[in-house]
Amino acid sequence: MGLSTTLTINGVARTIALDDPRVTLLDLLRERLDLTGTKKGCDRGHCGACTVIVDGRRINSCLALAMSLDGAEVLTIEGVAQGGRLHPVQEAFIAHDGLQCGYCTPGQIMSAVGLIDEGQAGDDPERVRECMSGNLCRCGAYQGITAAVLDATRAIAAAQRKEVA
Amino acid sequence: MNRFDYVRPATVREAVAAAAEPGAAYLAAGTNLLDLMKGGVSAPTRLVDVTHLPDLDRIETLPDGGVRIGALVRNADLAHDHDFARRFPAVAETLLSGASAQLRNAATVGGNLVQRTRCAYFYDPASACNKRAPGAGCDARGGDNRLHAILGWSPSCIATHPSDFCVALAALDAVVEIEGKSGPREVALELFHLLPGDTPDHETVLAPGEMIVAVRLPAQAAQFAAHARYLKVRDRTSYAFALVSATAALRLDGDVIVEARLALGGVAAKPWRARKAEQLLRGARADAAAFARAAEAALVDAKPSGDNAFKIELARRVIVRALTLAAAGTPDRLPALPGSPFAVTSGVSVHV
Repeated sequence: MGLSTTLTINGVARTIALDDPRVTLLDLLRERLDLTGTKKGCDRGHCGACTVIVDGRRINSCLALAMSLDGAEVLTIEGVAQGGRLHPVQEAFIAHDGLQCGYCTPGQIMSAVGLIDEGQAGDDPERVRECMSGNLCRCGAYQGITAAVLDATRAIAAAQRKEVA
Repeated sequence: MNRFDYVRPATVREAVAAAAEPGAAYLAAGTNLLDLMKGGVSAPTRLVDVTHLPDLDRIETLPDGGVRIGALVRNADLAHDHDFARRFPAVAETLLSGASAQLRNAATVGGNLVQRTRCAYFYDPASACNKRAPGAGCDARGGDNRLHAILGWSPSCIATHPSDFCVALAALDAVVEIEGKSGPREVALELFHLLPGDTPDHETVLAPGEMIVAVRLPAQAAQFAAHARYLKVRDRTSYAFALVSATAALRLDGDVIVEARLALGGVAAKPWRARKAEQLLRGARADAAAFARAAEAALVDAKPSGDNAFKIELARRVIVRALTLAAAGTPDRLPALPGSPFAVTSGVSVHV
């Protein structure tokens, strides 16, 4: 049986033929579509390096079959900057040194984008830490990551207020 | 991961027929199943993908005031549903104390019930495990077993059920709606999971091919909303399974307990409803002495299954603290660290 899955990835709809139903979204992105910004850490849902946003929710792409996500919209780290302009979360990670080696960073940023959109943490550092606990950083850049998420939360809220006004 | 056939049914009836084949397994979010398949722990020959089935992702209020939660409702969606969280705050707290935000966004209600134990020997195909390979033996006995069961275990298996959500569901008399080849049926959540006995590979009452379609909470469960908490003690404050956890829910008349609900997590192969403790609490004053008596009663049959005697005393203390928190009142907003003993809000105001 020929398998295929249709996904809208960073705004572009594509139908992808698959020779094997075992392909995860993570492997599809990295190995077949050359979108290697999304990282493979543990490949078991423990580390969060593979975090992407599917239909508006951040998930671990290593634990999702590409076949099962047929019809979904996927946002990866390659799709967050707009027209050469960094996303406020990306800017905040740079401003606050929210990284050292950088391997977990795409997952951290996608998780933070999802977290801010969920709107549950607000400006409470404890809630931000709890809501980012699915993203491990072996370098231990957590102080900078938390500061960056809080800063980006404020920047995005301010931009939204401006838009409304 | 082994090779498998991928099937995507269009209806529940088709799904049930497809899953009745030997070697078939249902795939929902896959947050547990794919992990098990990658580790060679599970090797289904057919995956029946239920995520595209219609109508299973709804949270419905029933005419009698109960709530029906479709099997495909995501953990995060249920926890953040305003009306649900207001009426069943302890259930929302269990959901938000579990896993990570990414996993809660994906994992489903039905999948939560049938998730497998986190026993490291079950997860390691090189170890003997009666649950994974019946008759193979149990390397957890005499192994690293500080996390293992203290209630309801057997010589063949000392694993625990990892769910937080199921602890609150057991306390609040939830009912599981099941669809199978012979039609629909219902089972009380408290009876859904099985103790290991001599057949630890039989974990639930589901027959081959049967599928969870919904979980219901009765209207009475909402009567505890003002005094309902979940307390989860774990090795790490966030993103860790429970060492011991407890859902405590009270109906109070002044300082007298009209009705009490108590269930434990992390202690057995199933969420553990503490009915003897509930009976002792009924009619008692909501004070430390009554909570201590309840805790004694809940653990009277507990036995260490290895290097985990500490969990018996820990469970007593978790019960007393969970009851104390429940008596103080459900906070208006869940604490920053749901279910955590390190949370600072201890019932500043009543929820409803």
